[in-house]
Amino acid sequence: MKIGIPSEVHGNERRVAITPDVVEQLIKLGFEIAIESGAGEKASFSDTSFSSAGAQIVADTRSLWEGADIILKVRAPERHPGLGLHEVELFGKGQTLICFLWPAQNEGLIKMLSETGGSVLAMDCIPRISRAQKMDALSSMANIAGYRAIIEAAGQFGRFFTGQITAAGKVPPAKVLVIGAGVAGLAAIGSAKSLGAIVRAFDTRPEVKEQVESMNAEFLLLEFEEDGSGSGGYAKTMSPEFIKAEMELFAEQAKEVDIIVTTALIPGKPAPKLITVDMVKSMKAGSVIVDLAAEQGGNCELTSPDEIVVKEEVTIIGYTDLPSRLPAQASQLYGTNLKHLLSEMCPDHDGRISVDMEDDAIRGATVVHAGEVTWPAPPIATAAPTPKKSAERSPEPTPVAKEGGGFGGMVGFGLVGVGLLLLARVAPPDFMSHLTVFVLACFVGYQVVWNVTPALHTPLMSVTNAISGIIVIGAILQIPSGNSLVAFLASIAVLIATINIAGGFYVTQRMLRMFQKGKN
Amino acid sequence: MSSGIVTGSYIIAAVLFIFSLGGLSHPRTARRGNFYGMVGMGIAIAVTILLLGESANLKLLAPVMLIGALIGLTVAYRVQMTEMPELVAVLHSFVGMAAVLIGFATYLDGSDGYVGVAKVIHEVEIYIGVLIGAVTFSGSVIAFGKLKGIISGKPLLLPARHWINLGLGIASVFLGVEFVSTTDGMSSLLIMTAIALLFGVHMVMAIGGADMPVVVSMLNSYSGWAAAATGFMLSNDLLIVTGALVGSSGAILSYIMCRAMNRNFISVIAGGFGTGSSSVSSATYDGEVNEILSNETADILREAGRVIIVPGYGMAVAQAQNTVSEISNILNDTKKDVRFAIHPVAGRMPGHMNVLLAEARVSYDVVFEMDEINGEFTDTDVVLVVGANDIVNPSALSEPESPIAGMPVLEVWNAATVVVLKRGMASGYAGVDNPLFFNENTRMLFGDAKQSLDSILSELSR
Repeated sequence: MKIGIPSEVHGNERRVAITPDVVEQLIKLGFEIAIESGAGEKASFSDTSFSSAGAQIVADTRSLWEGADIILKVRAPERHPGLGLHEVELFGKGQTLICFLWPAQNEGLIKMLSETGGSVLAMDCIPRISRAQKMDALSSMANIAGYRAIIEAAGQFGRFFTGQITAAGKVPPAKVLVIGAGVAGLAAIGSAKSLGAIVRAFDTRPEVKEQVESMNAEFLLLEFEEDGSGSGGYAKTMSPEFIKAEMELFAEQAKEVDIIVTTALIPGKPAPKLITVDMVKSMKAGSVIVDLAAEQGGNCELTSPDEIVVKEEVTIIGYTDLPSRLPAQASQLYGTNLKHLLSEMCPDHDGRISVDMEDDAIRGATVVHAGEVTWPAPPIATAAPTPKKSAERSPEPTPVAKEGGGFGGMVGFGLVGVGLLLLARVAPPDFMSHLTVFVLACFVGYQVVWNVTPALHTPLMSVTNAISGIIVIGAILQIPSGNSLVAFLASIAVLIATINIAGGFYVTQRMLRMFQKGKN
Repeated sequence: MSSGIVTGSYIIAAVLFIFSLGGLSHPRTARRGNFYGMVGMGIAIAVTILLLGESANLKLLAPVMLIGALIGLTVAYRVQMTEMPELVAVLHSFVGMAAVLIGFATYLDGSDGYVGVAKVIHEVEIYIGVLIGAVTFSGSVIAFGKLKGIISGKPLLLPARHWINLGLGIASVFLGVEFVSTTDGMSSLLIMTAIALLFGVHMVMAIGGADMPVVVSMLNSYSGWAAAATGFMLSNDLLIVTGALVGSSGAILSYIMCRAMNRNFISVIAGGFGTGSSSVSSATYDGEVNEILSNETADILREAGRVIIVPGYGMAVAQAQNTVSEISNILNDTKKDVRFAIHPVAGRMPGHMNVLLAEARVSYDVVFEMDEINGEFTDTDVVLVVGANDIVNPSALSEPESPIAGMPVLEVWNAATVVVLKRGMASGYAGVDNPLFFNENTRMLFGDAKQSLDSILSELSR
């Protein structure tokens, strides 16, 4: 099947749905790739790099859409400013569109798409189950947004992030508060940490405490018991008492910190207002707030979406296109998420996709299936992945081998002793002396072999093979026997024992010669 | 030649054999040890022939020994390092066979003039020597067949197999009494030999492929006991000493192998691992595995600082040891810390992996045993698991219900990333699902280990 990748038409969108690396991988899965000329330019992927990866470059938007079986996009379809028509009009029956769609906010668009008779998969609807993580474009983008949020903040902040002691005086480290320790929050924590800031984080879900602390950030605790974990790894709305306590905490922190990054979102609801005008007023002059929830109305009351505003001497960054501000990285991760999804939909790697409505991940993403609206998908029983326990070590494994000694050992030893005494009463002295030799040799062997390094266990076996060929001397002694049958049996024994001796020693020699230290 | 000189020479030979095993305590001294062994053997044979003097019948002996030596050298020269377990099994069977033949020859000869209790003891010695020899012989032949793949590696579980074994044992004891008490015990001896052969076949048939390290070392031990029994039979102290050395060596190896699988020796020998009625296949794991391609693996390796490679039987099957070695060389050249972690039961015989890596010119000081390296996975960036499964299965530690519970395993999952090279999702020998494959930090590289490694290598060397 042919995959078409048009240029993004949304103003200022720099991402592209594919990269040359992904092109190569998709070709390996059996797909043909066509990409609109210049689609990757803003993300620094030239047409040449795409064509040398094996993609066909198409100049005409309309013929690109028409010629493709699968369309990959970043943004949802919208009015094409160049062609003067809506992108949905280019889409039709038998085609499959995969992009971000936000069906809850875009019901009109879903209706338009369903009328075309095609199939549409929304990357933002991939369920958050562990096996779908590799397709989870929301997490990929959130990760970038979190990183970029700190970079933007650093760009606006008038001081160092890291503390320094210089000849010109001491510089204190910046203090960063991250609200909401989801994927974006954790990325922000990591980035701020690596710039040298002191980082604190807050989240309503207590289970993320461990993750925050694993990044060497401080997790702010409320003196309040309530678990904010909702389904699918997202947060839920908290009780009024909790929110009150939470707001008090933020008000206190606002006075102290230099940077606040807010990432608090509750699915399907406007973003909760966490940073009030009063808190902004209480912040130090020159402080920065980055509001990652700006698109959903913002966590800060003063946020103005898509803009940087300075209010109450505090810079408030309300960009909603942070992933697009890191276009090459975002395109690469998004393209890889798409590749994983396509590879999932094309299990035979034959370049043909099928929409398997039994598959939880694909069912979740499918918003329109052959002209029918299939959104929202039924909820999946399994919740978000809980931290893996399997790798934890259980208490010491119980060894089967029991320690020797103790009472049982004494009794056993006694019995063996008595047995030997009884045997010695009847056996000829000759036998007893052989037995002495035998028992002592066993103990010598025991001592010697325990010292053999495990690496040489194979040579040990082959050399013991060789020396157990010593049985040959028994056979040699029998050959002179007058009985010809005895001589015959003994000769065969000599033959095979000699094979053992020669073969065993030689192969041991061969092996040992290979054991060497360092390179030659 | 006086018997004093003979005894003295035998003592020297015995001491040299002990040195020979002692030398194996370190790769540096091992070759000298092997040399001691050869000298000891040479002395023993030469003195024995000199002792016989005229009657040695060199006309018969010389060609036979020459042919034997030629066959042995040719086989040892030709054998691939991956085929070592097979060769060792064959050599065990020879010792067993020789013990049987010598036992029969001794009985037929009958010119030793024992009377009374001494005669009874002598006949018991013959009987036991032949018994052990026959079990060793047929068991080793079956082990060879299984290792070679001629016989299926699956355990053959006859109904009431424990009763069969018990019946065979009782029959052997009964025939033994018969053999000692009658003047012509030949028929009893022959029947017992047949029973012992059958017992050896049945015993090894019931043991599965991955228990082979235990079987091979057990047969190693048996071949030693067979030699020791022959020594008793011929009143030859050198044979007794050597047999005892070999016997205890094999016994220790069997013990080490069993401990490495946290299994009871008896239960291994009784066979039927993981198929008994008690073993319920415990938790199955659903979830998605993360696949990876070889070029991505190369990227991961390029970015890693500390790498540990865990080879398993799959590496031997795919003959991938040279590629593994070259990959480790390239990584070493780029100042990365590459080490190897060997589980005691990796492969089909004790020390199998070490030999393969040595063959591929991997320096022995970067090859570590499980206990030495298990704590270091935490600080490791990438672990490359090449064709191993059960020995890296976390459920051995985390699930008391698992059939392999309590088996010490390499804790590879503690590393930042684990790349598992595997043909497909089939479970390992133990038939236990491996939750490692579903871990978030695990990447599966499917395909033939050799091909995957080759393409990683070509990617890395670009």
